[in-house]
Amino acid sequence: MNIVVLVKQVPDSGTERQLDSSDNTVARASADNVINEMDEYAIEEALTVKESQGGEVTVLTVGPDGATDAIRKALSMGADKAVHVSDEAIHGSCAVQTSAVIAAALSQLEYDLVICGAESTDGRVSVMPALLSERLGIPHLSGARKLTVDGSTLKVERQTDGGFWALEAQTPAIVSTWDTINEPRYPSFKGIMAAKKKPVETKSLADLGVDAGTVGLATATSQVLDFAGRPPKGEGVKVTDEGDGAEKLVGFLASQKLV
Amino acid sequence: MPVQRLVPTQEAADLLELTRELAREELAPRVAQAEAEEQFPREVFRTLGKAGLLGLPYAEELGGGGQPYEVYLQVLEEIAAVWASVGVGVSVHGLSCFGLATAGTREQQERWLPEMLGGELLGAYCLSEPHAGSDPAAMRTKAVRDGDAYVITGEKAWTTHGGQADFYKVMVRTSEHRSRGISCFLVPGDAAGLSADPAERKMGLTGSTTALMRFEGVRVDADRRLGAEGEGLPIALSGLDAGRLGIAAVAVGLAQGALDDALAYAKERETFGVPIIDHQGLAFLLADMAAGTETARAMTLHAARLKDAGLPYSRQASIAKLVATDNAMKVTTDAVQVLGGYGYTRDFPVERYMREAKVMQIFEGTNQIQRLVVSRALAKGVPAQTAVLA
Repeated sequence: MNIVVLVKQVPDSGTERQLDSSDNTVARASADNVINEMDEYAIEEALTVKESQGGEVTVLTVGPDGATDAIRKALSMGADKAVHVSDEAIHGSCAVQTSAVIAAALSQLEYDLVICGAESTDGRVSVMPALLSERLGIPHLSGARKLTVDGSTLKVERQTDGGFWALEAQTPAIVSTWDTINEPRYPSFKGIMAAKKKPVETKSLADLGVDAGTVGLATATSQVLDFAGRPPKGEGVKVTDEGDGAEKLVGFLASQKLV
Repeated sequence: MPVQRLVPTQEAADLLELTRELAREELAPRVAQAEAEEQFPREVFRTLGKAGLLGLPYAEELGGGGQPYEVYLQVLEEIAAVWASVGVGVSVHGLSCFGLATAGTREQQERWLPEMLGGELLGAYCLSEPHAGSDPAAMRTKAVRDGDAYVITGEKAWTTHGGQADFYKVMVRTSEHRSRGISCFLVPGDAAGLSADPAERKMGLTGSTTALMRFEGVRVDADRRLGAEGEGLPIALSGLDAGRLGIAAVAVGLAQGALDDALAYAKERETFGVPIIDHQGLAFLLADMAAGTETARAMTLHAARLKDAGLPYSRQASIAKLVATDNAMKVTTDAVQVLGGYGYTRDFPVERYMREAKVMQIFEGTNQIQRLVVSRALAKGVPAQTAVLA
């Protein structure tokens, strides 16, 4: 089974992240960039499927030159090869435009299964797998907490607030994963050394046959018009125990969907 | 404060990133409890072994990572910045493989080294004895030849991983000649007659087991002798310089960890309406901690680069060990000062760092021994040398 995993290099969500004041896009050049955390679960799932089913795992990313860090991480975890779509014209693209680029790149690859994280921590639009499903005309099994592969049949437990939905589809298909699906492996030093020798193909928009005028900030379907810093932390809720403290606490936690 | 590093390759940079990830995810959540409960974290060593971090400075054809000491020591430093006991353990394990990797026959290496460098097996080494620490040639533990085996009898003190290790690199006396009467053996941890006393009750590094090992007629096959009979002391001594660099790196890491904690606290804690880092008295204390730690790192890596270039580095290794461990003692003491009363409590890790630093001035050659090495080199005369990097 040939699997393509979509990965994205994002500013580390554990650090102070910025927007670039010149065009209101995510400030990537100055950020401490890492592989999108959710993507590590997608890579792990792809490697697990490969280990049981055979085949190849290809990593696909769209991003500036620095995105090679995310590619190397995926390859050092065990992916076989990578495709890096890099083109200045893509800067500032919205999710819809980016999905056209990724769909074009996927069309040049042979795949049975596409796996991606359910969201990226920078944009958090969380629509990419659905957009790709539509563009490629393949089923989308979303929000997986469990994936089972049986021949060309995919079964997914789709995580919901109250439990899960059982989804089933035939390959080729796209599966998006939550962080409940597995525990990603660490790379090993051997993996890091092996990654050096794995093929990474860089493609431009021209290589994909995508018209540069259809992507980028100027023609994006959504643009950030303005932004402001995070407001200072509010006072919070004080619970005074009048014999019903526990009830109030549980009520608060439930309202935040924490219990 | 992130450390600024200069490494020779992209894979070294990736390796350091992996090390930081492992330290953050696997070491940091466990360190406080394991140290408080004096529990040896065997599982952590398996994780590091699986990631390939236990054989980094050894050649790839032997099953190692083929990394220069310059890179290996920075990995060690990152580990020790989060957990000194584990940093010491990695250094000791590396050193316990040294005899086999340098003096073992090809057959011996193929038989044992992959599992040792791969981290499946944890190593320890036995050199010191209760009465013979700084003067190893005064050792009394004996190996007597008996057919195709040796029988070892005696005691070895201060064994890091004592009772936990899967194999022990042991220096023993095979004749009465002071220096040429010592031989080196690789003894399996489960050998009959080998036992560990209850672990020493130490001031610090409590997550690392240190014990006296008793050899009561331990029978070891002759093919477990590394190098020729009587050539053990050069094997032990040639490993010491490398071991000193390992401890220097661990001390740099410990100091960096203490500095990071003190700095974070000094930015948050307010007195007289401002963060205490805005008071010059404390700010300068922190500046000195940073200056000492960066200097210790630079010296350690300079010695490592000499070693990597195949140049003599014994004196520089001693200076690095001396400077880095004295600095760790000073920086960890000052970190307690920065945290004030809180620093003196066991609710914060800085008092532990201070206890951990002390032993680094003692083991792997006391700092008095390091001064002896340096002063002897000075007395002998140090030739001027300008080597060119290949």
